[in-house]
Amino acid sequence: MLFHRIIPCLDVKAGRVVKGINFEGLRDAGDPVEVARRYDAQGADELVFLDITASHEDRGIMLEVVRQVAEHCFMPFTVGGGIRTLEDVTALIQAGAEKVSINTAAVVNPDLISQTARRFGRCATVVNIDPKRVVRNGRTVFEVHTHGGRRPTGLEVVAWARQVVDRGAGEIVLTSMDADGTKDGYDIEVTAMVADAVEVPVVASGGCGAPEHIRQVLQETSADAALAASIFHYGIWSIGQTKEYLARHGVAVRLTDDLPATSNAGDPDPRGIGPA
Amino acid sequence: MIGIINYRMGNLRSVQKAFEHVGASCLLLDAPGMIDRATKLVLPGVGAFGDGMKHLDEDGWIDPIRRFIQQGGPFLGICLGMQLLMESSTEDAPATDRPISGLGLIPGRVVRFEGESFGPGKLKVPHMGWNTLNQATPHCPLWQGLPESPSVYFVHSFFAQPTQQKVTAATADYGGQFCAAIQHENILATQFHPEKSQQTGLTMLRNFARIKRS
Repeated sequence: MLFHRIIPCLDVKAGRVVKGINFEGLRDAGDPVEVARRYDAQGADELVFLDITASHEDRGIMLEVVRQVAEHCFMPFTVGGGIRTLEDVTALIQAGAEKVSINTAAVVNPDLISQTARRFGRCATVVNIDPKRVVRNGRTVFEVHTHGGRRPTGLEVVAWARQVVDRGAGEIVLTSMDADGTKDGYDIEVTAMVADAVEVPVVASGGCGAPEHIRQVLQETSADAALAASIFHYGIWSIGQTKEYLARHGVAVRLTDDLPATSNAGDPDPRGIGPA
Repeated sequence: MIGIINYRMGNLRSVQKAFEHVGASCLLLDAPGMIDRATKLVLPGVGAFGDGMKHLDEDGWIDPIRRFIQQGGPFLGICLGMQLLMESSTEDAPATDRPISGLGLIPGRVVRFEGESFGPGKLKVPHMGWNTLNQATPHCPLWQGLPESPSVYFVHSFFAQPTQQKVTAATADYGGQFCAAIQHENILATQFHPEKSQQTGLTMLRNFARIKRS
């Protein structure tokens, strides 16, 4: 059975995690590798790194962060923020990112979606969509915004979601600009609309303030995964506690297998394989 | 020495780092001429089946891989590297109108998740995330030290359908059981990503590193 994924999102600025991270016993809370390792140990199903500066000079720093994370965390992670060209995509994948997530550039240059899918496969191609409620001719519609919700695009969210999938997106991260930052819960309405309209996985994002919000969006919509930032960062809920809450309330989540560490190969095992 | 075949298909670094983490020595093989330095081979890869075969062919890998396997060398295919072992794939077939040939080392073909269980509001394609394995051959060396139904990370739209059921080492459920791992003589393969499956996946890679050539 496929589990719902619980995904912490880390905002990275000039090579440091921003927004307070409050892990007990963590000396340097701003180091992306240390934070990623901690989430890895807690049983996060994936990680998302968002490069929120994404200025030209910071791109090299982000690549180094990605390399370091890939060296220490053996779990899938997505990198987004400021991806403009196929060269940006290639550099991130080669540095070790499982998937890249394209937001503004997908609107400005939709061909980047198809180029990424052709080169690295649909499975590595994620598109971020940021809808916001607006009133048009007396009707409420969900309009896609870019630049962190500041710039309207004129695109309606479901039509745009279908279009990005047609162009090669293998996953959509849907961040409601109305819910984002409120901690009042995900936007169930828009999440349900998009998750029911496309055949690829949809990650709900924006508004999570408690594990109950994750339960709600995963049980009331066909979203496949939930992304959250502050509830994990501020140490209010660990990933493990969140997953236990969800499991208790009937959400299929992965509770990690308790296995001994595999830091080195040790003695060779006598069992061999070969032609029978 | 574990040789990781570099045929220009995506992210090989994660596989290399994961083997290094479990204490195995490994080497990226940038050309078939380097194959003699490897006692075990790993074929990773993400992307399209057609591109994968094209790169293996253009870079001259096909015969060296076949020879290595015929000589009994332990081999591990991961994700696309598992699918390429099959005879053919329907991926990209709409464009070419006939299945693309694979390495043909395992009888069977590669098909897409399709049918009534899949679609908007139902099971999504790609199959993306953590799913539990059902071990079909409990003696497979990869499963050593693992619980009966470990969870591993998948990200794929296509999967292998071997002709002979006995080569299936594990299945997973996604709109029905599908082949999630293969063991056939000295060939091992996983549709999931052990290098991205945290401690469970690292245990499998360590198990592969410990296999003795017979």
